[in-house]
Amino acid sequence: MRNFFKDFKERLIEGTLLLSSTVTTITVLLIIFYLFKEGSGIFSRSSIESGNQLLLNPENPVNNLTDKEIKYIYDGDISNWKQVGGKDEDIMIFRLDDIGNFYTDEQLGENFENMPMYVDTLVMQNKNIIAFISDKYVLSKTKAKRLEVNKITLSEVLKGKEWIPTAHPSAQLGVLPLIMGTIWVSFGAILLALPFGLAAAIYMAEIADYRVRNILKPLIELLAGIPSVVYGFFGLVVMVPAIQKLFNLAVGQSALAGSIILGIMALPTIITISEDAIRNTPRAMREASLALGANKWQTIVRVIIPFSISGITAAVILGIGRAIGETMAVLMVTGNSAVMPTSLLQPVRTIPATIAAELGEAPFGGLHFQALFFLGCILFLMTLVINFTVELVAPRRLKR
Amino acid sequence: MKKTISVIAAICMTVSTFAQTKLTIKGSDTVLPLSQKEAEKYMKANKSASLTIIGGGSGVGIAALMDGTTDIAMASRKLKMDEKLKLNNAGKAYKEVIIAYDALAVIVNPANKVSKLTKEQIEGIYTGKIKNWKEVGGDDMQIIAYSRESSSGTYDFVKEYLLNNKNYSPGCLMMPATGAIIESVTQTKGAIGYVGLAYMEKTVKDVGISYDKGKTYINATYENAKNKTYPVVRPLMYYFEKKNEAKVKPFVDYILSPTGQATVKEVGYVDLGK
Repeated sequence: MRNFFKDFKERLIEGTLLLSSTVTTITVLLIIFYLFKEGSGIFSRSSIESGNQLLLNPENPVNNLTDKEIKYIYDGDISNWKQVGGKDEDIMIFRLDDIGNFYTDEQLGENFENMPMYVDTLVMQNKNIIAFISDKYVLSKTKAKRLEVNKITLSEVLKGKEWIPTAHPSAQLGVLPLIMGTIWVSFGAILLALPFGLAAAIYMAEIADYRVRNILKPLIELLAGIPSVVYGFFGLVVMVPAIQKLFNLAVGQSALAGSIILGIMALPTIITISEDAIRNTPRAMREASLALGANKWQTIVRVIIPFSISGITAAVILGIGRAIGETMAVLMVTGNSAVMPTSLLQPVRTIPATIAAELGEAPFGGLHFQALFFLGCILFLMTLVINFTVELVAPRRLKR
Repeated sequence: MKKTISVIAAICMTVSTFAQTKLTIKGSDTVLPLSQKEAEKYMKANKSASLTIIGGGSGVGIAALMDGTTDIAMASRKLKMDEKLKLNNAGKAYKEVIIAYDALAVIVNPANKVSKLTKEQIEGIYTGKIKNWKEVGGDDMQIIAYSRESSSGTYDFVKEYLLNNKNYSPGCLMMPATGAIIESVTQTKGAIGYVGLAYMEKTVKDVGISYDKGKTYINATYENAKNKTYPVVRPLMYYFEKKNEAKVKPFVDYILSPTGQATVKEVGYVDLGK
């Protein structure tokens, strides 16, 4: 009987452990599933906000326009139908809000019941019109021509260079500048953090005596405990003006400012993990090297670093992983303009900053909302690749 | 960050839970400080009232009104056409009350020679057609255009009132908060930005704006906004359902009363009185 209870207790504990690990795994899988489900939603839509359409006069020979052309037309950059394959006529732009310029509120009726009729009249009367209208206000028997707009494609999104998800009527969802911005900032961060991190790790593991190390180590770990928004604020008030003066730039908010902040934030990860790797070098290796007459520096460079290189690589990759996903600090110092970066001294916009800044007001379930989830998918894949790389690199240490 | 602050504010506001009238007010971050101040004073005068004020943006407030999680939605812009449609479809008759006005100032660095711009020039700057200050009568210096993030009601307001509904150039620097815009314009010589009048600081200079192609330039001041000569002014509004009118009326009436309107001026917005 006593044995049974003992077994039961053990089984209970085992069961609890199994349950908690299963729940965790399922949660993670569900989150990923949701992310990709929402993210892939953009490919079943066109760039025109659903429930709306673009109408043309039936005599207009133009049948379809690309997202870009629609945006250029509504921005006034394309002002003649000739430029998009139509007749030589100026383009007349019409939005629903413009209706007030043509008809009074009384004419439209209290609940806009006359709106469809007047919209239709306008479209039929003006041969050069392009009208952006909600479905509700299109007469069911209208003779106006509905503009065909293609569905969003993957290559269009990945190669697109313009990110203006709030553009009306045609949202621009080019993610290339955001991906490049993220890569530039993270790459710059690692370039700065690697030499410092490695040097500090070597110093702490090999050179510093235990008293110095006991002071340094908690201090460095304290760096990881500072909230990222504090880093961001520090960056905005101190780093940005300093960079502006140092490089004599028109504006200090730049990829470099983001890189420096992220570099500092990645330091604790890099130092702690690579220090552990260096410490794991067997005493025998170190002593053999010294016994052969090598001095301390030679031992570090020729024996210890090659031995712990996989651990150091893992540290660097995890550091990049931290940098890529960082939001708040970057949001405050990189300037967030979605242009293709050509140098570290230019403002850039990263994926996490974009999601954080825009999700608040993106209508739930809308195109913009799904586009942000798609960005989340890209970011997830980026960090996934990084984590797999760690998996590939780390076990090498055990084989040796 | 804004959200955290508003959440904390909301928690502070809900401390006195066992009161009789409970109201939730949610929406625009521009209206948020005003609503908080008004609610604070209102609750001091009416011990039985309990008001919860939550920020998040105009769109968030209106969405909450649609699914009935708030009594009043604060908005710094008029309802969009599709929001009207959605409310209409949900069978919710709503009422709109203008509680104050907010003027928007276009600001530059104090070291900048330029102190007036036409509406067309501002449009050119923000759409990326004008890139250098010498094109608008300043020094040979690159223009750095700062804008709010697209989640901000102010972003839409500027797009509608100053950019003729055209899209911002991707080259604009997007800032997450008004404070960050002021900080950046203070630091950057070639900068231009926009902020609500209530947030104006001495470290930046506001420019006169002309709506008549350069004949008259008007500066963003309280007086000019009040006498309607300054054109870039938007109403701040409360939206609520008609069936809730009896519940929200005492508070709305308080804001519209002379005491409430004095608070409007105190917070830095433009009061309604003539």
